[in-house]
Amino acid sequence: MADLESFRAETRAWLEANCPPEMRLPLKDEEDRVWGGRNAKFSSPAQKQWLDAMAAKGWTAPEWPTAYGGGGLSREEAKVLRSEMRRINARSPLDSFGIWMLGPALLQYGTEEQKQHFLPPIVRGEIRWCQGYSEPGAGSDLASLQTRAEDKGDHWLVNGQKVWTSYADKADWIFCLVRTDPTAPKHEGISFVLFDMTTPGVSTKPIVLISGKSPFCETFFDDVVVPKENLVGTLNRGWDVAKHLLTHEREMISNMGMDMASLGEVAKKAIGLDAQGRLDDPLLRADIARFDVDALAFRLAIERTGDLAKAKQGHPALSSMLKYYGAELNKRRHELMMAAGGADALEWESERSQGGTPARSWLRTKANSIEGGTSEVQLNIIAKRLLNLPGA
Amino acid sequence: MPLILNDEQAMLRDTARSFLAEQAPVAALRKLRDGRDALGYHRDLWKGFAEMGFTGVLVPEAHGGLGLGHVEAGVVMEEIGRNLTASPFVSTAVVAASAINRIGGEGQKAEWLPRIAAGEAIITLAVDEGRKHDPSRTAMKAERAGNGFRLHGAKAMVLDGHVADLMIVAARTGGAPGETDGLTLFLIDPKAKGVAIERTIMVDSHNAARIVLENVEVDADAVLGEVDQAHGALEGVLNVGRAAVAAEITGVGDEAFGRTVAYLKERKQFGRVIGEFQALQHRAAHLFTEIEIAKAAVLKALQTLDEGYDRAGPIASVAKAKAGQAATLAVQEAVQMHGGVGMTDEFDVGLFMKRARVAQELWGDANFHAERLARLSGY
Ligand SMILES: Cc1cc2nc3c(=O)[nH]c(=O)nc-3n(C[C@H](O)[C@H](O)[C@H](O)COP(=O)(O)OP(=O)(O)OC[C@H]3O[C@@H](n4cnc5c(N)ncnc54)[C@H](O)[C@@H]3O)c2cc1C
Repeated sequence: MADLESFRAETRAWLEANCPPEMRLPLKDEEDRVWGGRNAKFSSPAQKQWLDAMAAKGWTAPEWPTAYGGGGLSREEAKVLRSEMRRINARSPLDSFGIWMLGPALLQYGTEEQKQHFLPPIVRGEIRWCQGYSEPGAGSDLASLQTRAEDKGDHWLVNGQKVWTSYADKADWIFCLVRTDPTAPKHEGISFVLFDMTTPGVSTKPIVLISGKSPFCETFFDDVVVPKENLVGTLNRGWDVAKHLLTHEREMISNMGMDMASLGEVAKKAIGLDAQGRLDDPLLRADIARFDVDALAFRLAIERTGDLAKAKQGHPALSSMLKYYGAELNKRRHELMMAAGGADALEWESERSQGGTPARSWLRTKANSIEGGTSEVQLNIIAKRLLNLPGA
Repeated sequence: MPLILNDEQAMLRDTARSFLAEQAPVAALRKLRDGRDALGYHRDLWKGFAEMGFTGVLVPEAHGGLGLGHVEAGVVMEEIGRNLTASPFVSTAVVAASAINRIGGEGQKAEWLPRIAAGEAIITLAVDEGRKHDPSRTAMKAERAGNGFRLHGAKAMVLDGHVADLMIVAARTGGAPGETDGLTLFLIDPKAKGVAIERTIMVDSHNAARIVLENVEVDADAVLGEVDQAHGALEGVLNVGRAAVAAEITGVGDEAFGRTVAYLKERKQFGRVIGEFQALQHRAAHLFTEIEIAKAAVLKALQTLDEGYDRAGPIASVAKAKAGQAATLAVQEAVQMHGGVGMTDEFDVGLFMKRARVAQELWGDANFHAERLARLSGY
């Protein structure tokens, strides 16, 4: 513990010296996030400075081994880093499907060459990834996917269509589920491949979301040549890799909204207090208080689930529990944000509403219980894998 | 009175249903939105409303209307909800018509009611000021000046504010914000000196505006009803608006629900239609129950307004709160059960979610009305 305390002191001092003041202010909007990649967009020099400083320490991926550019921190140290960042309201230096999803899968299933090749650019935010899982006919029933990869001797030839591919139009590379054995039972003929989105034959078509933003796409593959060495894990055992990755995606989604401003504070500013110093809307106050109970307890459940896993007492399906609850909680948070915001929050374009930020965020959260596997799918997994219910 | 539509009302519903489905389907709302239409409603549609008599549904026959009741207005509102029709119907033909007819003097009625019925005037009520609905918190000032009044303050969520020919504005001639005494209603010409109107583009692509009055001077005959005593009359008119919006939002929820049930029968995963999964069947069955309960409350509120206008407060709150909850659940379930497609702008269910959210907020959300019900019930 003494070590942890000195780590805390060092971390605090380092953050103090290296986190630019601008990076301690709340995000202006979703556009203000840093996603990195070949065409990285920074809305200020401070964003780039912050990313570079954190990446140099490997702290964009604190728990990854230093050999692959990560921070090499223990779980406890990583918690300290997170809490010290929270203390000064430091922004995340990098949002990345590579860090949240692909990296953990590569660490588990990748070859040494693949790890050496793909992980360091992820840590540094140089390559931006997207996820090619869902297809028009394969959503909840993901394993029924039809995108084909044919063995052409020295390469794979990929044909098919993905859908709802987040940021496919902005990503540099894709991790993609493809069918390599159409004759095998559906879970046993899938492989996990990586390829560059600039490969000839890859095209994307953005789809506008109800929030008015367009972060996801239809993605088409027409005779896309993929090098043999870009297969991750065992041929036709891609479902294992896919599932492992999904547990990380689910944990990531379960954390959504946890770093947002407290609802009570937002409501206080919007609605005001009564003579006794209570929020001047008794029912909304009760709703928010009940929400806070759930949210604070949930934060601990996330921590505990991680501690259980570290102590080898966990269960992979617990990520479904967190994903289910976290998604529903975040939707509730934004319903309450809208209630607190009242008429102001219903404006879609005004400066007063920062271009409709409350409403657009509220609408975006409706996807939380769909993306990464729907709430219903998570509940099915809990019933089946944690409760062993018959027929589930 | 039975809690079902009578034959004439059912006929009106069928007429409104086919008229709106044909003249003002969801695609019409998209057109307004995507074209950034300056009016925010289709003028031809509004003419059609007048030709059908809808604009005069609450206007007495003596003033050129149909002289029908609130149930009939609600029937039209529910169909408006099903089609997400954007029009000045609720602001003008429901709320303003009620306000002028119930509270106005003979001269005011003669001047404005025939124009409402003919679809020639758009009139809106400007009551809310803060983020949340609460008429008693009105702070806008109206000071006596000469033979009239001088108004100063700001209003929000003024439906059709930027296209209105007349505004009915609640202001304080006495008392302090939070008190019910001291409120007065004024008829204000939007073109009067000192009136500034900002159209606010809303999440649901329906018309709303913010209005600032800077020392706007009006004559004494601009007062609608009694000076200082508007609160009771205003609540009455708001009950009409609340019950009407409850009818609309029920239409919004019911339509979103209907489309969802159809999708459950169509979308296949795991080799069967998703409607075969009991997890979804039960949720759909629960939602059906919620919507049916909301429909009963809404119809009762509308009937009560017809039979005993002054007793309608509690049931209007029950209807608005229940319909708001049921529709909110309906649109949430609609998006969820559609999966990824439900999140796309191209697909309509998101538009239902947006309209439900605004209608929920309009003239008091479910919490406001639960609180109001508690107060009216004496606890
Ligand atoms: C914003 C957003 C971003 C996304 N990003 C990506 C991405 O980057 N990459 C990617 O590959 N995918 C992405 N997705 C896709 C997402 O993973 C799928 O939408 C999701 O898995 C659901 O599939 P579906 O849309 O086909 O819905 P469906 O599977 O058709 O589901 C429709 C409804 O049926 C329910 N249902 C289905 N099966 C059952 C069952 N057995 N029991 C009970 N209920 C059931 C579902 O829960 C849902 O409510 C994204 C989706 C969204 C909304």
